[in-house]
Amino acid sequence: MAAKSNGKRRKSGSNSSFRGWRRENGRVGVRNHVVILPLDDLSNAASEAVANNIKGTLALPHSYGRLQFGADLDLHFRTLIGTGSNPNVAAVVVIGIEDGWTKRVVDGIAKTGKPVAGFGIEGHGDIATIARASHKAKEFLHWASELEREECSIEDLWVSTKCGESDTTTGLASCPTVGNMYDKLIPKGIYGVFGETSEITGAEHIAKSRAVNSKIGEKWMAVFKAYQDEVIEAHRTDNLMDSQPTKGNIAGGLTTIEEKALGNLEKIGRTCKYIEVLEPAETPSAGPGLYYMDTSSAAAECVTLMAAAGYAVHTFPTGQGNVIGNPIVPVIKISGNPKTVRTMGEHIDLDVTGILRREQTLDTAGDALIDMVIRTANGRLTAAEALGHREFVMTKLYRSA
Amino acid sequence: MSHPNTGASRGTRGKRVSTPHFLVHSPRDNVGVVVVEGLKKGADMLGVITETDKTVKLKAKADIPIGHKVALKALKKGDTVIKYGEDIGKMVADTDVGEHVHVQNLKTKRW
Repeated sequence: MAAKSNGKRRKSGSNSSFRGWRRENGRVGVRNHVVILPLDDLSNAASEAVANNIKGTLALPHSYGRLQFGADLDLHFRTLIGTGSNPNVAAVVVIGIEDGWTKRVVDGIAKTGKPVAGFGIEGHGDIATIARASHKAKEFLHWASELEREECSIEDLWVSTKCGESDTTTGLASCPTVGNMYDKLIPKGIYGVFGETSEITGAEHIAKSRAVNSKIGEKWMAVFKAYQDEVIEAHRTDNLMDSQPTKGNIAGGLTTIEEKALGNLEKIGRTCKYIEVLEPAETPSAGPGLYYMDTSSAAAECVTLMAAAGYAVHTFPTGQGNVIGNPIVPVIKISGNPKTVRTMGEHIDLDVTGILRREQTLDTAGDALIDMVIRTANGRLTAAEALGHREFVMTKLYRSA
Repeated sequence: MSHPNTGASRGTRGKRVSTPHFLVHSPRDNVGVVVVEGLKKGADMLGVITETDKTVKLKAKADIPIGHKVALKALKKGDTVIKYGEDIGKMVADTDVGEHVHVQNLKTKRW
């Protein structure tokens, strides 16, 4: 059942801190995973075997990593290294088919100072590799399991957002609830991020105007136009009426991409400005504030990229009921659709249907979300975590060689 | 609590308020969003413009599912549909006030 918005566990005003794990590089995590990270598709079997041997570790199987090149290969490495570097991860065992690229991922993650070790399969075979990697994973797990949470200030929290299975209630209730949260937390010094380049179609004039200055606004517009020209126009066969809006969006009452985009942008509130435009999976480096990331609007791809950039908690408004999760980042589901809350309430962490009944204001809904973000950071498992949703999906820019 | 479709009053901390049948983002909008389940043709609807808190009354001229749009005025083919105070597409069929606005009569101007 979805949590009611008037949470009684915390007194108001106590939302300025949370208890997390401060990592070697100063970043703070809200989960304490020991990850078994395959370099490529060929290494999934060994990685999953290690995670099966050593209970409490987490394998992240995925579909790619062979014969990629150029910007697509760069993104592959940035996503893997970023995932291992995320502060929700305590330590990492990397397994790859060969040593060279395995070492490249290990070296990238090692820059955070966290424990990381790599194992190449060639010359050993799966069985010996699984044995060696399992010994190391067990050592990391014992070490990580004794790390303790400590009191951290709210500005140590990095909170991302992306919505899914939107309908008209997301634009009325759950998206502006996230926007209200950002309007309150960004001034306190947190890092935020939004993306979904294709879903800003129709609201690009508004998105551009929300940049901190005209230079960043122009940079955003260049990213948007490149997406239109290089992805949409280059590959569309008819129009995007079947995928933007999606069938679920249309069932929920959304008719056009412009209508969907305007609801989507409600997630950045009324006063926040984004301070930089990030490449997919790029770690923000311009200090605290709201960022834009060039991502697909597909839920798992987008959340995976934001997690790889270092975000530790994700806020996910949904109308019709997207069930996505992420293996390393807790994904908080917020819904203002009473039918969704009634028919699939086990997926919803925060019920904001009161906004539609005019019983709840955006201000109180935003406070309820901040409360849920802090409770999640402190250790409350999200609906997606409880239900085992661990969608880890690499973004592929083009075909491999 | 009374059935939302009735729009009947209910008590909240001693104050009587009515549950709206539809919400409108901006006073400039010509469509609203139905926010109750099971809305039937002929229902007398209460609407609230969220930006100004003003109320509007309207009779439903179709069964409209929750989350779907209702025309706040008569719309002609070619008219621009405004929601959030912004252009969300154009009408491709004439539609009376109180009728359902969706893929059968509204299209993007993009494609």
